[in-house]
Amino acid sequence: MINKTIKQLLTGAGCALLALTPPLAAADIEGDRQVLRRDNGAEPSTLDPQLSTGTWESSIVGDLFEGLVARDASGSIIPGVAESWERSDDGLHYTFHLRDDAKWSDGTPLTAEDFVYAWQRILSPALAAPYAYMLSPIQGAEAVNSGDSAAETLGVEASDAQTLEVTLTRPTGYFVEMLGHASTYPVPKDAIEAHGSDWTKPGNMVSNGAFKLSEWISHDHITAVRNPNFHAVDDVALDEVRFLPIDDSRAALNRFRAGDIDTADSVPQGRIEWARENLPDALHETPILATFYFAFNQRPGSVLNDRRIREALNLALRRDVITSQITKLNQPSAFSVVPTAISDYDGPQFDFAEQPMDERLIRARELIEEAGYSSENPLHLTIDYITNPDTKRIPVALAAMWKPLGIDVTLTNSDAAVYYAKLREGNFEIGMAPWIADYDDASNFLDLFRSGVPNNHGGYSNADYDAMMARASNELDLDERPRLMANAEAILLDDYAMLPLYFYVKAKLVSPTLEGWQENPMDTHPSRWMHFSDN
Amino acid sequence: MLIYTLKRLLQAIPTLLIVITISFFLMRVAPGGPFDGERQLPPEIEANLMAAYHLDEPLPMQYLRYMGNLLQGDFGPSFKYKDFTVTELIAQGFPVSLEIGGLAILLALIVGLPLGIAAALKRNSTVDYVVMGTALTGIAVPNFVLAPIFALVFGVLLGWLPAGGWNGGALPNLVLPVVALSIQQIAYIARMMRASMIEVLGSHFIRTARAKGLSESEVIWRHAIRPALLPVMSYLGPAIAGIVTGSVVIEQIFGIPGIGRYFVQGALNRDYTLVMGTVVFYGILIVVMNLIVDLLYSALDPQIRYDD
Repeated sequence: MINKTIKQLLTGAGCALLALTPPLAAADIEGDRQVLRRDNGAEPSTLDPQLSTGTWESSIVGDLFEGLVARDASGSIIPGVAESWERSDDGLHYTFHLRDDAKWSDGTPLTAEDFVYAWQRILSPALAAPYAYMLSPIQGAEAVNSGDSAAETLGVEASDAQTLEVTLTRPTGYFVEMLGHASTYPVPKDAIEAHGSDWTKPGNMVSNGAFKLSEWISHDHITAVRNPNFHAVDDVALDEVRFLPIDDSRAALNRFRAGDIDTADSVPQGRIEWARENLPDALHETPILATFYFAFNQRPGSVLNDRRIREALNLALRRDVITSQITKLNQPSAFSVVPTAISDYDGPQFDFAEQPMDERLIRARELIEEAGYSSENPLHLTIDYITNPDTKRIPVALAAMWKPLGIDVTLTNSDAAVYYAKLREGNFEIGMAPWIADYDDASNFLDLFRSGVPNNHGGYSNADYDAMMARASNELDLDERPRLMANAEAILLDDYAMLPLYFYVKAKLVSPTLEGWQENPMDTHPSRWMHFSDN
Repeated sequence: MLIYTLKRLLQAIPTLLIVITISFFLMRVAPGGPFDGERQLPPEIEANLMAAYHLDEPLPMQYLRYMGNLLQGDFGPSFKYKDFTVTELIAQGFPVSLEIGGLAILLALIVGLPLGIAAALKRNSTVDYVVMGTALTGIAVPNFVLAPIFALVFGVLLGWLPAGGWNGGALPNLVLPVVALSIQQIAYIARMMRASMIEVLGSHFIRTARAKGLSESEVIWRHAIRPALLPVMSYLGPAIAGIVTGSVVIEQIFGIPGIGRYFVQGALNRDYTLVMGTVVFYGILIVVMNLIVDLLYSALDPQIRYDD
């Protein structure tokens, strides 16, 4: 009897399960259309170019909008909305000539006035744009942003529909390179005025890039379709780009292997060797313009104010061990702060870069002793890092490498918000400080160590360094400027102002059938250059 | 019944008010702020941001402003997802979490209840040991272990189902996340149902039913199951509220656009409005679910009546 009851129960359960089954959804019919499914790494914070801050926004925004200049498949600057430009002899004045076929996605003409509007908008205090400082070389930008001057005082003017005049406060060697950044893109005045903060929603957004927004489901997907009003639409092969915000690299790897996505934005640290072996045609390991370093707190009263200790810590670090055995990406060891892949720059390295490790360790021990520390009086240091099992291994390795010097290291982890608050307040001794370039110029890294700038975490201050960087930023001669920056970096390295560890290598997976995707140090991959070979 | 319901809803208001107030001030005293990120901002830009979100005002003023907006149903803009209001994010994500969570609970009931009943009826037999052993394993293995294994085995190696993605809620995309989410619930429900069923089967009214000469099937279906369901019902209220508000692990592993991630990411990003929005939403859901469970009690147990 009980058996019968169990049978009845199981039959009932089976029927209920069947009833739960929803009807099959229609399969995606993509036919001959070229559809790229890109892993975006995470959900973008915004699609407003002037509020965007990170790579998760820039990859999408870069497909939807185009600035005065654009980037080719190799990441190099090419003419965008501006066909050509001239710089005045004193380097303070730029004239941009806009193409006459530049249009918004709704077909209305895009003029120089649109750039005037956009640049005034990003600097308006009410917008509170985090990247407003990118425009600081422009005359009056800082005063407009702080609300001290009216937007009209900004040094940007449309002398006619196709001509944009820009006046700078100082010659800025990287100005045109900087215009590749999303914060300088034009934005549609009419759409913004009509829809307010909702202007970035599908149906409201008007853009001027190779693609236009068609759908956005938060944390699911963002779909962009080819923009028929783009000036080079005939060269755009993809019909649609679908950005998927996959924030778990293991999930991205699974979906790439299953054929759900065509590109994966990263490869899990523990699976990189497997990917090298099993997905050699898809795996791309590219050095990018980014440095992983630790900041030394050099504020008054800090033990790291002592140059000898900073030098000893740098000497005793086996950078190659960390990159081969912990990160496993074999990143180039960093003996300087500016990545070696940066354009038009030949910078210095630490003197000990080529020195054998045993000699370095002997010198490091001497320095620690000279600084007054010994096994009876050990040096105590604290390393701060963000809570993350992958990143934790690096401070652990540092502590192990410094132990033979008699240094006793305490590790302190915090969540990202707490960690960055500690950096901001100078409440740390040694802290992780990765830096990814906004534009391809050495100054983007060297500016981090000028006295009093916001991202100078360690509070490093050297008048000679500041003076050399000021000379470099005013220098117009394209050969002289990098030389001055290299001199400045030599001062920085001589002071052992930080602990550079490695230059980033980005591991990505790209379907071998996708053509036009090129490795490049800016790690920028506009979809307009891509197409599928077998589609 | 109606008056009882209204009374319960009114009683929930002070509870929610306390929850909101405590969450508001706890969030603000947590170290680090919403604009503390990899890039430190120049002071004038930080001042612009603080002003834009009214964070430059005194805390009591911010609290009053928040409560005022809340009364008008405005959860405010998300600090992190700047193009969406918190209401929009919850409205977009909740139906997804509800679908996944609802199906997971249904699956858990459909599988868990019969297994629990079967184990109780075949107490100390092989069936019992197998069911309870499996249930214990289901409880012990967390879904952050199970979900990636499911994705790898069924999505990548066998290729039977998508390894991830929502695809508008298409059936193949639902299967793995629903099953992964329900495993633990199946285990809990089966264990609870077994224990409760054993207790009921030993009670006097069951003996009386058998003495009346009713068949075993009738005893079980008509007299035992209904009262045995009561403990499961009390468990289901908060469990459903917890499950339909999403799971950050399941959402990340399978790429599901639900609201589970907002609980964790909102707190980590110090996205004050998003955290507050999810707390209020979750609080309301708990209150409503508990009320529904209490009302269902009266349907299952004739001894419980809510007189008007």
